[in-house]
Amino acid sequence: MAMQDTPLLEASGVTVRFGKVTALDGLDLTAPTGEVLAILGPNGAGKTTFVRTVATLQRPTSGSLRVRGDDVVRDPVAVRRDIGLAGQFAAVEPTMTGRENLEMTARLFGHDRRAAPRATAAVIEQLGLGEVADRRSGSYSGGERRRLDLGASLVGAPRLLLLDEPTTGLDPAGRREVWDAVRGLAAAGTDILLTTHYLDEADELADHVVVIDHGRAVASAAIGDLKASVGRDVIEVAVTDPARIDEAGQILGRVTGNQPRLDRGSRRASSPAAGGAGELASVIRCLDDAAIGVDEIGLRRPTLDEVFLALTGSHAAAPATPHVTNGSSR
Amino acid sequence: MTTEAITHPGAPATAAIARPAGPPGAFLVSAEVARRALRKYFRTPGLSVMGVVQSVLFLFSFRFVFGGAVQGGAPAYVDFFVPGYVATIVLFTGAGIAVAVAEDRAGGFTGRLLSLPVPRLSIVAGRALADVTTNTWSILVTAAFGFLFGFRLSGTVPEGLAALGLCLVYGVVFTMVFIVIGLISPNAQAAQGMSMIAFVFAFISSTYVPAGTMPGWLQPFARYQPITPMVTAVRSLIVGSTSDLGLALAWSALLIAAFTPIAVLRYRRG
Repeated sequence: MAMQDTPLLEASGVTVRFGKVTALDGLDLTAPTGEVLAILGPNGAGKTTFVRTVATLQRPTSGSLRVRGDDVVRDPVAVRRDIGLAGQFAAVEPTMTGRENLEMTARLFGHDRRAAPRATAAVIEQLGLGEVADRRSGSYSGGERRRLDLGASLVGAPRLLLLDEPTTGLDPAGRREVWDAVRGLAAAGTDILLTTHYLDEADELADHVVVIDHGRAVASAAIGDLKASVGRDVIEVAVTDPARIDEAGQILGRVTGNQPRLDRGSRRASSPAAGGAGELASVIRCLDDAAIGVDEIGLRRPTLDEVFLALTGSHAAAPATPHVTNGSSR
Repeated sequence: MTTEAITHPGAPATAAIARPAGPPGAFLVSAEVARRALRKYFRTPGLSVMGVVQSVLFLFSFRFVFGGAVQGGAPAYVDFFVPGYVATIVLFTGAGIAVAVAEDRAGGFTGRLLSLPVPRLSIVAGRALADVTTNTWSILVTAAFGFLFGFRLSGTVPEGLAALGLCLVYGVVFTMVFIVIGLISPNAQAAQGMSMIAFVFAFISSTYVPAGTMPGWLQPFARYQPITPMVTAVRSLIVGSTSDLGLALAWSALLIAAFTPIAVLRYRRG
């Protein structure tokens, strides 16, 4: 059994190949218990493969991975007893009610005839599904279905909850619902590993963030440190005359004290701005003084690409084709 | 035994979920997996009702539309055709099995199952149990309509029941084949498409017309592929004979022995 100070996850050189495609390429990662860990990365970075490897659904081609001290290859049953998985799709049966779905999963986790309804009732209360619990889940909203799926992964009281892109495909209200549920679980002491390609989601939920790209961990930081380095707002300006983008960039750099990024194709210059709206006002004044025509200017949250830039000094691979798919593994 | 629980500071005490004492038993897992598949089947009218309606319409067409042309309206065609059709009904309903298995994989249900501390063989057994149940349902309904459309037993009732029992055995055999088709298909559409292969075996056999009426180059396939002896065995049981029965059972055993390990291994891969 895992000792108190055994790490939640210890990945060492984890490599997963599907034929010629390398999904994980020597991933190293250590995560302590008592935290929400977010794996952040663009589509195709290897996030889902990593979750599937932790969940014992995918054997690593090489390298070792321990979950609370148990090796996923040598002792998969011990790992399965400790985890609850909510995959990229809500894996609930639409023709069954929420309660029926949860009770079935409770039995499959090992709860007996009396314990399964109790665990189900507790999950329904915890996730606020009381009103819809006895309706068929096919009639649920996106957020309700996701929460039910979350409940199904939770009904066996796992020590580690695995959430693969828990809010992908949800509308803003659905995302809020799921975020609130996940925050409640974390506050109640469940360790959580989640993957996301939204910086704001990692920001909302995680204590620690590992950024992965091309199957490797390229950065690892506490969320506070991450915000300190890249959580600042960005001033972005689109100039009317492409010939003047360099001048606009110089103004941005002078005001914000940060190296501006220039995108000549879209005539945009941008730069992190610690001073927020005050610096935006200065930039507008300077652009006006220099008589540089502006199509658009504003303050926005940094994008995932800018996080990559700040953390790694290189651009994230553009996710032109999402996910390398393989016949036998999503 | 100590009950470990997730504690919830500030949350009501009822919200604490106990950890299960141990992993679930193999039979319980099969029963839960089967129950879910059966609920899905019987609560989806498109599967349970339309599947049977389709089988009955097929039966109707062959009996009353093509039947007249096949043997010049001889009444014996109904007694030739109905046993063959009931014996091979699973080749038509099997596409639904393959699609359901492929959907479970694509939709994440199989992934969730495999992430739980459950025996792998129980998953396959549960799936097969459900599909054998739905096959039995299709076979019984179709056989009943066979009688309604004019089929009559020429032998005794026990002989008729033996023939029906053999049809149920084929249901088990082809269930496993279609589970494998579902598992090796990348998605539900592909599973549907791959299941069409079954049509080749159903039609190029002695199920609908005697193999002897086919062109010479086609006859070897029609005579020696497994469906023909399987259908012949059912027909002969009805009249109290056992021709091809050994061959039919041997094919059944061979197909089960070949496809079950593939199903278990493919499920393990997730």
